[in-house]
Amino acid sequence: MSAARQMVLAESVHKSYGRLEVLRGVDLAVGTGQVVCLVGPSGSGKSTFLRCINHLEKIQAGRLWVDGELVGYRQQGDRLYELRESEVARKRAEIGMVFQHFNLFGHMTALQNVVEAPTHVKGIRREKAVARAKEVLERVGLGDKLSSYPSQLSGGQQQRVAIARALAMDPKLMLFDEPTSALDPELVGDVLQVMRDLALSGMTMVVVTHEMGFAREVADKVVFMDGGVIVESGSPADVLAAPKHERTRAFLSKVL
Amino acid sequence: MAAPAGSPPAGGSPAGGPPAEAITAVPVRHPGRWIAAAIVVALAFVVIRSMATNPRFEWSVVGDFLFSSRIIDGLIVTLYLTAIAMVIGILLGILLAVMRLSPNPMVSGASGFYIWLFRGTPVLVQLLFWNFISAVYPTIDFGLVSFEANSLITPLVAAILGLGLNEGAYMAEIVRAGILSVDEGQGEAASALGMTRLQTMRRIVLPQAMRVIVPPTGNETISMLKTSSLASVIALTELLYAGQLIYSANYKQIPLLITVSIWYLVATTVLSIGQYYLERRFGRGAKREQKQTPLQRLRRILIPTHVRPEDVQTGGGG
Ligand SMILES: Nc1ncnc2c1ncn2[C@@H]1O[C@H](COP(=O)(O)OP(=O)(O)O)[C@@H](O)[C@H]1O
Ligand SMILES: [Mg+2]
Repeated sequence: MSAARQMVLAESVHKSYGRLEVLRGVDLAVGTGQVVCLVGPSGSGKSTFLRCINHLEKIQAGRLWVDGELVGYRQQGDRLYELRESEVARKRAEIGMVFQHFNLFGHMTALQNVVEAPTHVKGIRREKAVARAKEVLERVGLGDKLSSYPSQLSGGQQQRVAIARALAMDPKLMLFDEPTSALDPELVGDVLQVMRDLALSGMTMVVVTHEMGFAREVADKVVFMDGGVIVESGSPADVLAAPKHERTRAFLSKVL
Repeated sequence: MAAPAGSPPAGGSPAGGPPAEAITAVPVRHPGRWIAAAIVVALAFVVIRSMATNPRFEWSVVGDFLFSSRIIDGLIVTLYLTAIAMVIGILLGILLAVMRLSPNPMVSGASGFYIWLFRGTPVLVQLLFWNFISAVYPTIDFGLVSFEANSLITPLVAAILGLGLNEGAYMAEIVRAGILSVDEGQGEAASALGMTRLQTMRRIVLPQAMRVIVPPTGNETISMLKTSSLASVIALTELLYAGQLIYSANYKQIPLLITVSIWYLVATTVLSIGQYYLERRFGRGAKREQKQTPLQRLRRILIPTHVRPEDVQTGGGG
């Protein structure tokens, strides 16, 4: 498998917190333009794996590449050199991340939330960033909420602002960590629709979700994780409709 | 199951029921409030009468000195000593708080040591210490230039150092509590967007920490205004010492202490009002709607028929 053709490539990724081994050898490939849904019981290491992809967490063993480049390190010969903070930050700026609890900046309006990183991380001129921010907020259906603070928006609206905030950085990869789990049921649909449109536009996405309908419809690949390893992966039809492993079957019977 | 008295009748639907009966109840009486009020009024009367009629208060002397140039000069020194010491305290506090939260144990330890040292000794001792520092370091050497400590450490400089460096230790704890009050997810989202640690602190965390930092900082400023009177022991002519200098000549201690107290009260009152508006400003985005200021409420009561757009404030206005 060549690292160059994959947007994300994980080889035997290990991660522990102290003595607790959370990831115990994860192998995964996400092709450019693919949508991969990560499912599995709580505590199986899904969030941790997602956070390793943009180096919010350091891995202890294995290799992880994003767009052909090693995550968090530079390899010279057979030596690894840790990247400096500014270099790590620059790479993170190319990866969008959407959190379960939105994490919008509470002291900023929707528009300011979306303008913040393009101006202060990428150094884009303010007028240009504002125009672009309005465009992405329009795209997620919030063109009329530019000057609302997060506390004045519903959960679904906040999550769509968060998606817009990530999109405004023109990421080459988007990570979603249970983007609809904190939402009231009637608000889930709007957020999933935005994600569906995003997938159709060709965005590469890794999505941790319990929305099996979304996974079945949108995912190119469904990955079932349990106990820090990938138990089973394949097309939605295979993994969701005809799981091979007993653990997958047990999990699906609970969530479907 | 028998419904308890006063519970709604079973099967009554809220929408289709009979028209609701208005509540006309006899309000609860509060005899205790009237008794307390009577006692307070009686006590106030006794105190005020004694202050007004006892000639030894010498209110005319208070009137003579209230706007005298020596007292006003002292007030000005008090005000800028407070301002400079607080600016130093706040900047130092932010630096120490960020250091305290650093993953580097040397950096965090250094900050911890500073806080321990300056909070663990009386500020009066620290003031005296800076005042006498020239005994320890007769010359202060900045490499290219060196100074006679005696000429550099004037009472004003000693007071600024003593109060400012001490305040830094207290502000550090306030700022640290503010930083810790901001949800971890905020920093995480900022990191994920490619912001550096410093950018995240400056643009995301500190502005939101302000809501927690501002109220106690207001209290610190008010308290600093009063603590600055300690500088009188190192012969800095701030407000209290200005009064002391005058009464050491004319022996009118009580009237001059009253004069000084009036100015302290005026200054702390002005600061309290300022603090109220600052808290409003930094509460932005935290609540769905902001409460009206007393001024806005007054305007509404006086002009009730006009609802001005600026009166209906959402979190965005200010
Ligand atoms: N910062 C941390 N420190 C210690 N343990 C952690 C930390 N983050 C996650 N864990 C542990 O790692 C395991 C996997 O967590 P997580 O990746 O959040 O699982 P999932 O997202 O699949 O529910 C859990 O047992 C969790 O308690
Ligand atoms: Mg999780």
